[in-house]
Amino acid sequence: MSNRRDFMGIALGGFTALAGGIPALYAMKRSWDPLPSVKAAGFTEVDLTTIPENELMTEKWRGKPIFILKKSADMPQDPRDVIAGGARYHVSIGLCTHLGCIPAYFPGEKKFKCACHGGEFDASGKNTFGPPPKPLVIPPFKVDGNKIVLGEAGPEYLEMQKSGIA
Amino acid sequence: MAHFEKASSITEWLDQRLAITTVKKVMALEYWIPKNINFLWAMGMVLAFTFALLTISGIFLLMYYQPNVDTAFDSVNYTIMSEVGFGWLWRHIHGVAASVVFLVIYIHMFTGIYYGSYKKGREMIWLSGMLLFVVFSAEAFSGYMLPWGQMSYWAGMVITNLFEGFSPDIAGGIMNAPGLVEWIRGDYVPGQAFLSRFFMLHVLLLPLVIMGLIGLHFAALRIPHVNNQDGEEFDYQEAAKLYKEGKTKESKVIPFQPVFLSKDVFVLGVYLIFFFYLVFYHFNFAMDPVNFDPADGLKTPAHIYPEWYFLWSYEILRPFPKDPGLIAFGFAQVAFFLLPFLDKSDTVAPANRRGLFKYWFWIMIVDMIVLTVMGKLPPTGIWNHIGLVAAVVFIALFVALPWVTKNENRA
Amino acid sequence: MMKNELKILGVVVVFTAILYWGVEPFAHTQMHKHVDGEHFAYSDLKENTKQGNVENGKTLVMGAGACTGCHGIEAVAHKAPMDAATAVSAYGVNPPDLSTAGGLYSEKFLANLIENPAHALKVEHKFDAAKGKMHPMPAFYGAGGDKAQEIADMVAFLKSIAPKEISPKDAYMDACGRCHANRYGKLDQLGQTPTFKSETDTLKHKVAVLEYQDKLKAYMGKLPPDLSIIIRARSEHFLETFVENPQSQLEGTSMPRVGLSAQGFEKVKAYLTQTGDPSKPAREAIGPWVLLFTLVFTVLAYLWKKSMWKDH
Repeated sequence: MSNRRDFMGIALGGFTALAGGIPALYAMKRSWDPLPSVKAAGFTEVDLTTIPENELMTEKWRGKPIFILKKSADMPQDPRDVIAGGARYHVSIGLCTHLGCIPAYFPGEKKFKCACHGGEFDASGKNTFGPPPKPLVIPPFKVDGNKIVLGEAGPEYLEMQKSGIA
Repeated sequence: MAHFEKASSITEWLDQRLAITTVKKVMALEYWIPKNINFLWAMGMVLAFTFALLTISGIFLLMYYQPNVDTAFDSVNYTIMSEVGFGWLWRHIHGVAASVVFLVIYIHMFTGIYYGSYKKGREMIWLSGMLLFVVFSAEAFSGYMLPWGQMSYWAGMVITNLFEGFSPDIAGGIMNAPGLVEWIRGDYVPGQAFLSRFFMLHVLLLPLVIMGLIGLHFAALRIPHVNNQDGEEFDYQEAAKLYKEGKTKESKVIPFQPVFLSKDVFVLGVYLIFFFYLVFYHFNFAMDPVNFDPADGLKTPAHIYPEWYFLWSYEILRPFPKDPGLIAFGFAQVAFFLLPFLDKSDTVAPANRRGLFKYWFWIMIVDMIVLTVMGKLPPTGIWNHIGLVAAVVFIALFVALPWVTKNENRA
Repeated sequence: MMKNELKILGVVVVFTAILYWGVEPFAHTQMHKHVDGEHFAYSDLKENTKQGNVENGKTLVMGAGACTGCHGIEAVAHKAPMDAATAVSAYGVNPPDLSTAGGLYSEKFLANLIENPAHALKVEHKFDAAKGKMHPMPAFYGAGGDKAQEIADMVAFLKSIAPKEISPKDAYMDACGRCHANRYGKLDQLGQTPTFKSETDTLKHKVAVLEYQDKLKAYMGKLPPDLSIIIRARSEHFLETFVENPQSQLEGTSMPRVGLSAQGFEKVKAYLTQTGDPSKPAREAIGPWVLLFTLVFTVLAYLWKKSMWKDH
C-alpha cells in the first residue's frame, strides 16, 4: 500500500470523526440534558405567615423535601438562620448529608434524627451526632417579604455562600 | 486448556485469545468480492448504515416516548419535538430513514432479480432477504402506531381488521377472545393494550429478529459468493491467488477491505447527501400531515392510505371483493419468496440477456409502480379499473414465470 | 465502466422520480379539492369608499347601545360588560375585545361585518333572519346619518386605536383563541392557562374551561379543534384558503370567516409555527452544515476510492 492511499483513508476517517462524530456526540449529549420544563419548574414560592413555631413544615422543591422550621425565642440563634418578616427560620434540604434519607423532627428534643443510620442534627441543621459529615444543606433562596422563593439566589443566600455556610 | 505464551503486545494478547488476525483476514482483508460490479452492489452497505441510523435515532426517541394512549401523541409532538435538545433531529432522521430504507430495499431487491442473484446456490440469500423485508414491514407498521395520530389509529384499525375472516371458534376457544381481531388488539378497538404491545414489538422483539436475520443474510453470502454484473462463474481461489501475487489487474476479485469498502463508502456518501436533504428540507412524504392530528376513534380521516412502500400490496387487496382480495393479498406477500423456484431457467445473467424474462422484469417494475400509485389514489372511477388490471397483471406475471423462463434452457 | 454506472443510476433515478411524482404531487392533486386563494381580498364583499372620521367613529362605537354594549375595548380602558363565562352563556360565543380589530382584520371585512355580520362571516347557513335565527351580533342599521359614512367612521376609529405592533401570540389569541385552544402554547379558550399550586384551583380552572367549551360546542356544533400543531397537520395553502373562506374547503362548516388581513394572517401563521413547528429555526440553521459535511465526505470518499482502485 502506497502512502497516498493511506493518506486518503486517514483524511476521510479523520474528517468524519472531527466534523461528523463530534457534532453528533454533542447532539446526543444535549438530548440527555434536563428538559426546559424541568428547569423552569425549579422555583417554588413558600408563604411563611401561617407557620407555627417549632413545628416542621415540609415543602417540595425540585422533587426534594425542604425543611422549614420557625424558631421560637428559646432556640439558639445561628448564622444559618433565614430571617423573614422579623422571624427566624431554619430552611434546608431535608435529606441527611450521610446517604440521603429524610430525617424526622422531634419538637421536644428540638432535634432532627435520621432513622437510616442514626445521624442527628440540631434545630439549626448542624450535625451533632452519628455519621453525617456536614450540616443539612441550605437551598438557594430569596426572601420576599413574608415569602421565600426557593431556587432563586437572593442576597442573603449569596452572603451565606460567601461565608461558606451554604 | 490451550497453552498460552506470554504476549509481547496487546495485539498479540488479543490474537491469542480471540484470533483477531484470522477474523480480520476472513471477514475483511481476504474476503473476496468480484471486481465486475457496479454501485448497485453497495446497497447492502447503504441498508446496514440506514439501519444503524434508525437504531441510534430510535434509542434517543425511546428515552422520551411514552407508550400511553393519553400521552403518546404529546410526548412525540411536544416533548420530543420542542423540549428535548435535538429531539426533532432524531425524529426526522427516524421518520425519513424508515421511509427511505424501503426505497433502498426495493432497489436492492430488484438488483437481485435483474442479475439473477437468487438462484443456483443463492436461494438462501434471497429467502433470508425476503424474510428481512417482511420483518422490516412489520417493524415499520408497528412504529407507525406509536405517535398515536389519526393515521396510526386508523391504519391499526384497518390492518387488524384484515384478520376478521378467521374462525371465531378458534379465537374464542384457544385464544380466549371474542375474535382473532380482538385477540390481536387485546381490546375491541385499538387502545392501550394495542399500543403497548406494538410498542414492545417495535422496540424489542422485531429489532432482535432483524439483527438475527441480518446475520443470517450475511452468512448466506459466504458459500455461493457475491454475484457479478455478468453472472459469471469463476474460481475464487485461483482469482484470490492471483490477487495475492500482486497481479491485481488480472485478478477477477478484490478484497472487501479496503478496496470494495472504498467504493461502498463513496456510494454511501452520495446517498447521505440525498438522505439529509430529505431530513432537513423535504420530509412531509415520510411524516404524513394527517398523523399530526391526534387519534380520534369517532372520526376517520377523509383519505386513508398506507405509507408508500405498502401501497402496491394494498392495491392488490383493494380492487377485489373482500375474500378474493385477501387471497390476492396473501399471494402478493409470498410471491417474491417463490421467485427462485418459479424461475425454471439455469441461466444466471442480467435480465436483458435472458429472452422473455427481460420483458417480464420491466413489466413487473412498471406494474408495481402503477400499483403503488393507484394504491394511493381514491378507489373511484378510472383509478379503480387501472388498479384492478395492474393487480391481475401482477398475479399473472408470477403464474406465467415458469413458462416464461423454461424456454431459456432450450436456446 | 463509469458510463455504464451513470446509465444505471439514470434508470434508478427515473423510476424513483416517477414513483415519487405518482404518490406525492399527483396523488395530492387527485385527493384534495383545489381551491384558489384570493390573498385576503374578500372580493365578494362590497367596497366602502368613504373617508372615515375617527372622532365621529369613536362616538358611534362607544355610544349607548352601540358596540361597547357587548364588546370590551381595553385599548381605551373600556372593560367588557361580561366575563368570558357569562358572555358565552348569554350569546353562545364570547364577543371579542376590539382593541386589536383594526390591526388584524381587513378594513373591507370590518365594514361589511358591521353592516351584516352573518353575511360577512359567511354563516348565513346557520343564521337566517328570515327563519328567525338571528346572529348574536345584530346588524348596524345606521345612526341616522349616511350609513356608509358612519361605518367608515367606526372602522377608522378601530384602526386608530389598534397597536402599531401586534405580537404573533396576541394576534392568535384575538383571532382564534376564543374558540380554539392551543395546549402547546399553554392557551385555553379563557386565555393563558395558569398554573396553580393546589389541585383544587387547577381543577376549578379546568371545570371553568370545560363549561365554556360545552357552551361553545352547543354554539358551533362541535368543539373547535386544538391548533397546537395544525401547521404540520395541514398544508400552508389549505390553512390560508381555509382561514380566508372556511366554506371553500369545508362546505357547511360552522367556522365563521375570520376576516384577517394578509398581514394579520402572517402573524397568526407565525404563532402557529412557533407552537407547531418549533424546531424550524434550528432545522434551517443546521441543515446547510450537515449537507456541507456530506458533500465534503463524498468528495473525500471519492478520492479514497480512486486511489484504491487505481491498480485494479
